Amino acid sequence: MTDSKYFTTTKKGEIFELKAELNSDKKEKKKEAVKKVIASMTVGKDVSALFPDVVNCMQTDNLELKKLVYLYLMNYAKSQPDMAIMAVNTFVKDCEDLNPLIRALAVRTMGCIRVDKITEYLCEPLRKCLKDEDPYVRKTAAVCVAKLHDINAQLVEDQGFLDTLKDLISDSNPMVVANAVAALSEIAESHPNSNLLDLNPQTINKLLTALNECTEWGQIFILDCLASYLPRDDRESQSICERVTPRLSHANSAVVLSAVKVLMKFMEMLPKDLDYYGTLLKKLAPPLVTLLSAEPELQYVALRNINLIVQKRPEILKHEMKVFFVKYNDPIYVKLEKLDIMIRLASQANIAQVLAELKEYATEVDVDFVRKAVRAIGRCAIKVEQSAERCVSTLLDLIQTKVNYVVQEAIVVIKDIFRKYPNKYESVIATLCENLDSLDEPEARAAMIWIVGEYAERIDNADELLESFLEGFHDESTQVQLQLLTAIVKLFLKKPTETQELVQQVLSLATQDSDNPDLRDRGYIYWRLLSTDPVAAKEVVLAEKPLISEETDLIEPTLLEELICHIGTLASVYHKPPSAFVEGSRGVQHKRLPPRAGSGESTESPDVGQSGPSEAPPAVIPSQGDLLGDLLNLDLAPPTATVPSVQPSMQMGAMDLLGGGLDSLLGGDIGGSPSMGAGLGAAPAAMPASLGSAPAVGGGLGDLFDLGGGVGMPTGSYVAPKTVWLLAMKAKGLEISGTFARRGGIIQMDLSLTNKAMSVMTDFAIQFNRNSFGLAPAGPLQVLTPLSPNQTIDVSLPLSTSGPVMKMEPLNNLQVAVKNNIDVFYFSCQYPLSLLFVEDGKMDRQVFLATWKDIPNDNEAQFQIKDIHLNSDVASNKLQGSNIFTIAKRTVEGQDMLYQSVKLTNGIWVLAEMRIQTGNPNYTLSIKCRAPEVCPFVYQCYELVLKN
Amino acid sequence: MIGGLFIYNHKGEVLISRVYRDDIGRNAVDAFRVNVIHARQQVRSPVTNIARTSFFHVKRSNIWLAAVTKQNVNAAMVFEFLYKMCDVMTAYFGKISEENIKNNFVLIYELLDEILDFGYPQNSETGALKTFITQQGIKGQHQTKEEQSQITSQVTGQIGWRREGIKYRRNELFLDVLESVNLLMSPQGQVLSAHVSGRVVMKSYLSGMPECKFGMNDKIVIDKQGKGGTTDEPGKSELGGSGKQSIAIDDCTFHQCVRLSKFDSERSISFIPPDGEYELMRYRTTKDIILPFRVIPLVREVGRTKLEVKVVIKSNFKPSLLAQKIEVRIPTPLNTSGVQVICMKGKAKYKASENAIVWKIKRMAGMKESQISAEIELLPTNDKKKWARPPISMKFQVPFAPSGLKVRYLKVFESKLNYSDHDVIKWVRYIGRSGIYETRC
Repeated sequence: MTDSKYFTTTKKGEIFELKAELNSDKKEKKKEAVKKVIASMTVGKDVSALFPDVVNCMQTDNLELKKLVYLYLMNYAKSQPDMAIMAVNTFVKDCEDLNPLIRALAVRTMGCIRVDKITEYLCEPLRKCLKDEDPYVRKTAAVCVAKLHDINAQLVEDQGFLDTLKDLISDSNPMVVANAVAALSEIAESHPNSNLLDLNPQTINKLLTALNECTEWGQIFILDCLASYLPRDDRESQSICERVTPRLSHANSAVVLSAVKVLMKFMEMLPKDLDYYGTLLKKLAPPLVTLLSAEPELQYVALRNINLIVQKRPEILKHEMKVFFVKYNDPIYVKLEKLDIMIRLASQANIAQVLAELKEYATEVDVDFVRKAVRAIGRCAIKVEQSAERCVSTLLDLIQTKVNYVVQEAIVVIKDIFRKYPNKYESVIATLCENLDSLDEPEARAAMIWIVGEYAERIDNADELLESFLEGFHDESTQVQLQLLTAIVKLFLKKPTETQELVQQVLSLATQDSDNPDLRDRGYIYWRLLSTDPVAAKEVVLAEKPLISEETDLIEPTLLEELICHIGTLASVYHKPPSAFVEGSRGVQHKRLPPRAGSGESTESPDVGQSGPSEAPPAVIPSQGDLLGDLLNLDLAPPTATVPSVQPSMQMGAMDLLGGGLDSLLGGDIGGSPSMGAGLGAAPAAMPASLGSAPAVGGGLGDLFDLGGGVGMPTGSYVAPKTVWLLAMKAKGLEISGTFARRGGIIQMDLSLTNKAMSVMTDFAIQFNRNSFGLAPAGPLQVLTPLSPNQTIDVSLPLSTSGPVMKMEPLNNLQVAVKNNIDVFYFSCQYPLSLLFVEDGKMDRQVFLATWKDIPNDNEAQFQIKDIHLNSDVASNKLQGSNIFTIAKRTVEGQDMLYQSVKLTNGIWVLAEMRIQTGNPNYTLSIKCRAPEVCPFVYQCYELVLKN
Repeated sequence: MIGGLFIYNHKGEVLISRVYRDDIGRNAVDAFRVNVIHARQQVRSPVTNIARTSFFHVKRSNIWLAAVTKQNVNAAMVFEFLYKMCDVMTAYFGKISEENIKNNFVLIYELLDEILDFGYPQNSETGALKTFITQQGIKGQHQTKEEQSQITSQVTGQIGWRREGIKYRRNELFLDVLESVNLLMSPQGQVLSAHVSGRVVMKSYLSGMPECKFGMNDKIVIDKQGKGGTTDEPGKSELGGSGKQSIAIDDCTFHQCVRLSKFDSERSISFIPPDGEYELMRYRTTKDIILPFRVIPLVREVGRTKLEVKVVIKSNFKPSLLAQKIEVRIPTPLNTSGVQVICMKGKAKYKASENAIVWKIKRMAGMKESQISAEIELLPTNDKKKWARPPISMKFQVPFAPSGLKVRYLKVFESKLNYSDHDVIKWVRYIGRSGIYETRC
């Protein structure tokens, strides 16, 4: 038991000595020598020179010695291919040995020797071993196929090993099944399109049976394989889930996580109203919590996965906040992950506890952890309005500690709180200003400058404060420079009298002395704006800022879906798709969740994580060419020599501002083109939202182009042809056909009344039953002349939506009574919901993102629109005609995604995401709405509009 | 799958290196040493990606075990495997230390060859492994054909954790209910979080292939029985413990010998146990936990250079029971210059190297209370940062299960051999220990 001595031989001439020992006649000495060789190999010494001598020891009955020689062979065979061939005979012989352990050992080792000549000899023994009577040999042979495939894929295919491997899935021994599944899964990964695994209900059933019987590792292989299966329907999905759930009680965390993966994936297919769906949700929480009592490394893996699960299905763990509380002795990686999840789970119900915890964490030692805790307090304020006040006072307490990084972090988050709740907590500004000097991090400086600029009118010495930053302007980071520029312009617009000099100074610093194009461009735009149209400048710079989203660091939904399919694996730990860290073809295949229950295709929601400017704007070119022209014509010659000439114009602007412009300024009357104001406003307004990324003017211009929204040719809303609503034979000769239209914001019912009776009809009147959206005639039915026999008269009846409301079935059903001199007739008709789409239904992009996130996933419905041959721009124009507004467009892998909003007359917002694959005539439409019952009707409208 | 497995000593010298996949080169060994073992900062993650190669590591005392891969492997599985690997090594040669690893390196290579094939974990139950990886080496030749196929069928079989033909003269089993009770309490005595994580550890010395059934006062089972009227299930406990109350178990996990589908459908725990000691189940409870001790801290800062600390502990269990090995650890600031302690019971000492006052009491009965007070002198510092006030932690051991769990029965059936449930001698023991038992101050 003193093998450690082998590690200490460092003599010279060691190799020669070993050579002699290896060739010794004494068995014991030989074995000792081989051990020494292996020890040298382990520590990295090159002992390849001993190859022939070691291989000579291979022919032995001593299993231990044999294993050592094999170990040596696996290491050096590649470097000595010619000599390795010497070993083949022994391998082949061993594969026929009576002892199954030796047969398995031979086939296992042979597969590890990556020498072509040996590989050739491997095929026959492997074929035999795959059909060996002993399961131990078969399970080893199954893995060997994967080894061989790694060396020579073609050979494996040609030799038909893949089919044999597939047969092993039906083997009677569960471990053979498990290894066969593992080998096949790996081989299948490098052949993304082959149907190697060929999973069907029969094989799935076999796997599920083996699942109950094999080792913990085998269970993992099988569960991981199951996760790539797509059940045919929800019933199959449910039955698989039922058989997988017992695994949640396994002691092995990997078995549990792989089971969670299968369940999370297949759950997508279950209808939400199913009892089992709720049961399953409830069953998932306890095992996930239990994972947190595992060893810290596993806790870390579990927490990274829980982070994904919480984003996908927050309902699972919403009551489990406490288990994520940080323990004093947790390793730092566990602490940081727990904190992340705490923020995600924070809600009104638990906010008090969470805040108390966070405050505790803010006094800990680890700097990263403390920063994150401070930031988390800010996130809580933004997420849970009721807690904002307490969060702010907690942050103020923390600022009082004067710990530098705590103060800076607190200021960064307070800026976001100001954004979320404007004009509410400004009383703290004074405290913040006291700490101005201690700020040395760009993000904190930028945040502070933003605050000063934003509230310049309430800070008496705002100009002094900003001026103090200006001194070292060129030493600041871009982020700070940009912020300073905007802040001073804001200040100027608010207090024009005292700050002219300051603004000139910053403009010239930004434009003349800076090499940074973003800064220069922003400087020029402000300069130009201020000098030409101060009113517009005010509109732009002091524009109302979009809402900031409540959640941060959300993983983009498509990525999230992919990561959910990779629960338990490295991808879920890195939060990156496998393609990002795996070389070659393996894992490049993107996995997706199965289609959501009740829809034909898989789902995807819009990109919530990204902020406005980085999104590709809808490809529309502003029709107001003059705006663009104006910008391009801007005299961009560096005003080095022209400073004097600019100066006057500058002053002119200022004068103007003070003089005539002032009225309009105060009046708030929008002078210039409103769209321009809004468009430019997006640049500075977007700034504070993403200080870190310094979007600068580039982003602003992007928005500029995307504005103008309704640029294309609005085609007008689609009006369906009239259909017969009331048959003459049922209404004593009166035939009514009609349709609905929305024209210029007015809802109209177009009716054709035909008299098919023999007598004249008079005294027409119309009345509606109560209906879902309160439609009612806005005036009497205007049929002025009596209707003679065989005469048809067309009337348009304006409708209002202020009538009594009662939910109808279907939702868009309208029951109408028409009276004439003969009788009263009743009929019902259905109106397209687009009738109720109002003209101001274009949602702000930020609001859209926030709303989309806000509406529970359960409210999402998916539809397919088939056979549409329009490109996304045409489609988007068409839809706009019916007041379905495209807010943003993204193109991902040849797929256009349009994000659209619709507002109904009763104020209900409908959000939609339409996916258009180039060359595929079928569009996928996902609709989210707080009132999900309208979704199918919205879909109807889409179809109607797009198809006509 | 796992591409390679390395074991290093604390200096980063390689003790064991086994490469399973062609995509892992020798340089991977060095990459981990340079980037993780020799890294200046504290380890920020147990998973490290270096040049598109992922390293998973765990540490046992000062030994590093690292698994390497270039693929998107199942990360949870890799860690489970590393832990298992440690268990197997411990079962073979005891503590994982540099010396033991060097002394057993041939054995370790042999084990690694067996339990990891092409990076796929294979059967790693020590019970099974010990039948054919013995280090005597010679066993291979002297085995009969039956013996050999018995080995292989056990390694690959459904009951991979137990071999056939075990015989004991006395059939005996020991059940230990080991619980660790965790608490985080606010200075005001409010329970911020508390849970019990428990383990049922079984030592079985039973002949043949016994079929066992384990019952405890699980609320779900008891309620079901209550509803279904009286059954012939043993209402009275056979193994002591009154079992009058039932407990709500949040979640439990089982050794792979337990038939999970049966637990899922009937909530009954049935299994064929491994031979010797193993962990039958783990569980977690959060409701109605008996917190054996309450810690009441009082910290007062007297000026800038003095702290007064008073801590009262109260035991909260039956007066007839005795808690043992009680230790209270009261953290002190880094700039402590001197400490004076007075305690009514036990011994207390200020340990400068640990920045804490450690108060030890050997035994304490239930429903008692004890107190310590200390005066801490501080050196004046200009460090602006306030002392973080780490929580006061406590250690103890009590002879009951803080969760309230009671073993109701453990029945043994062996149809082939001639012994019945009544012939088996059964022992049950309850031990409650402190897990992370902290009170903020």
